Amino acid sequence: MAAASNNPPLLEVKNLRVEFPTRRGTLLAVDDVSFDIAPGEVLGVVGESGAGKSLTGNAIIGLLEPPGRIAGGEVKLEGRRIDNLPYEEMRKVRGARIGAIFQDPLTSLNPLYSIGRQLIETIQTHLPLSGAQARKRALDLLKEVGIPGAESRIDHYPHQFSGGMRQRVVIALALCADPRLIVADEPTTALDVSIQAQIIALLKKLCREHQTAVMLVTHDMGVIAETADRVAVMYAGRIAEIGPVRDVVKHAKHPYTKGLMGSIPSLGVRHDKLTQIDGAMPRLTEIPPGCAFNPRCTFRGQRCMVERPNLMSAGASRAACWLHDRGGVGAPVTKELVDA
Amino acid sequence: MPDGGMNQFVKIEGLKRYFDVSAPWLVRTLEGRPRQIVQAVDGIDIEIAKGETFSLVGESGCGKSTVARLVVGLYPPTAGTIEFDGNDMAGPRSRADMAALRRRMQMIFQDPYASLNPRWRVFDIVAEPIRAFGLAKDKADLANQVGERLRQVRLTPADGAKYPHEFSGGQRQRISIARALASHPEFLVCDEPTSALDVSVQAQILNLMVDLQRRLQLTYLFISHNLAVVYHISTRVGVMYLGRLVEVAPTDTLFRRPKHPYTRMLLDTIPDLDMTGRQRAPVAGEVPSPIDPPTGCTFHPRCPFANERCKVERPLALPIEGGTVACHAIEEGRLPVEERSYGGIAA
Repeated sequence: MAAASNNPPLLEVKNLRVEFPTRRGTLLAVDDVSFDIAPGEVLGVVGESGAGKSLTGNAIIGLLEPPGRIAGGEVKLEGRRIDNLPYEEMRKVRGARIGAIFQDPLTSLNPLYSIGRQLIETIQTHLPLSGAQARKRALDLLKEVGIPGAESRIDHYPHQFSGGMRQRVVIALALCADPRLIVADEPTTALDVSIQAQIIALLKKLCREHQTAVMLVTHDMGVIAETADRVAVMYAGRIAEIGPVRDVVKHAKHPYTKGLMGSIPSLGVRHDKLTQIDGAMPRLTEIPPGCAFNPRCTFRGQRCMVERPNLMSAGASRAACWLHDRGGVGAPVTKELVDA
Repeated sequence: MPDGGMNQFVKIEGLKRYFDVSAPWLVRTLEGRPRQIVQAVDGIDIEIAKGETFSLVGESGCGKSTVARLVVGLYPPTAGTIEFDGNDMAGPRSRADMAALRRRMQMIFQDPYASLNPRWRVFDIVAEPIRAFGLAKDKADLANQVGERLRQVRLTPADGAKYPHEFSGGQRQRISIARALASHPEFLVCDEPTSALDVSVQAQILNLMVDLQRRLQLTYLFISHNLAVVYHISTRVGVMYLGRLVEVAPTDTLFRRPKHPYTRMLLDTIPDLDMTGRQRAPVAGEVPSPIDPPTGCTFHPRCPFANERCKVERPLALPIEGGTVACHAIEEGRLPVEERSYGGIAA
């Protein structure tokens, strides 16, 4: 917004499209995705594999693997467009303003350098500090992310750390220049459950203390339910539903979100059968016309098969589903029973 | 566990499996290094009744997958016995008798991308056990049986002509299940069968497995690290920590009245999807290395209730409330049983 609104979003993503040119035509992997993140907010992005959630994250930090490319839309950080920056400019933004945490802590650390050297290098790239000052900051960061005996551990190599400790080091790396936004792509997926809880608690603590916003990309609804303020549910490259975490988890508005929540075994009432969504997410080459979810949807109507729904408001959330088209003509009302 | 009374279908006693991970002999001699032994499975007793689902849970490295491989005979045990329907699996018998026993147990693996041969057509993948055990009379019978197995896992006989890469992860896991069912087994060992799958697909596979169990009277040994999945599918659950079973109990007892401090810790780590506001207590510490496990109770360095006895004396599995618990604090009555309720369960 050009007008001085009192609380401008930290990150604005508008009509983002990511495509992959292939021999058999161009695949649209992220299709018209828009959302924003406020300062200090945790936005969860969930979806099944292939939904486009990681690509959205990578597009924002400017690390799309070629031949993938941003084909449209814009990404604004603190009001400044960052999706069209030259490579060297983007390198300065990445690390300084946006930190990144990836799934596998072993591959995001260089096995040949001690973690201290990697931290100091990152700090000095982004902050004008002397070697001694940078080392001091590296030590402080290691202590902050809860590495016991940081003074001696700082000169150790990545293989000398366990998975959970390595992920803490990666988080320290992301925090080096005190970024305003962290894009965390499946930060707990490679870890054991007891370690997962530690890492999530750490992330929550850090973003509270530093007022850092987090875009948390994961397939684990449990992690989202505990960590995020708002959630975006992605399906076949689009946002199916976005809203406050409580509304999405407890009162899902999109049939896909409902099915997804039902298919997670819970510790509450033990059901004889889990709710299941039949079929699988379509491949990018086979996305059906109309709503991409329509072949699996139990509420499908005529309109869903021809016209693609955009996000429309549904309670406190917004859902891309014709069921929520108030007074719309031809809104589907037929509920087909598919329980055969 | 009451011994003998029930007809135990699978009976595992004192099962141990050690792996030698020492450096080569020359390096050891020159550098004066000792041998290094990983005690992957260190004395486990399990009894599984016919038709039940017994689950093993634990964090990575606790030895649960090793147990699965030991049970189906992919590793020979270092010590201990495995009895299957009254037959000692290590006992001397002819090849034909061994094959007859083997036919009755099959395994489903975690990764459906790695466990199917990419160069074989699905038909041949599913037909392999039938051919190996000589279960088909002729070609037509073979085709018939393969088609039937594919239908059983909600695929079509026509899918037999395709290759594994043409299927999604969930469909591939169905093919693995069809292959496992091909020899008409009675006992299936499932090593993390859904952990590589998305949740909506996981639900399909779990529903299919429950359905097949009912129709074919299958017995499952189910290995998983996902407690919610285990809660959903199991009759009884065993919790493993560093190669030992710390607690075995019927599913509801384990989740509602957990006894061992490690079980409680694991339950604390389940994400709260019902958003009841229950806080996940982050647990201190990590699983120690099984090369040099702590003395006494292996959980004592992470246990808030550990005392001197826990550091020196290994606790035995003692019967309690239809299960067993290996914990000094429980045995001495220092640690009261905790009642837990979850959203939706009346306490």
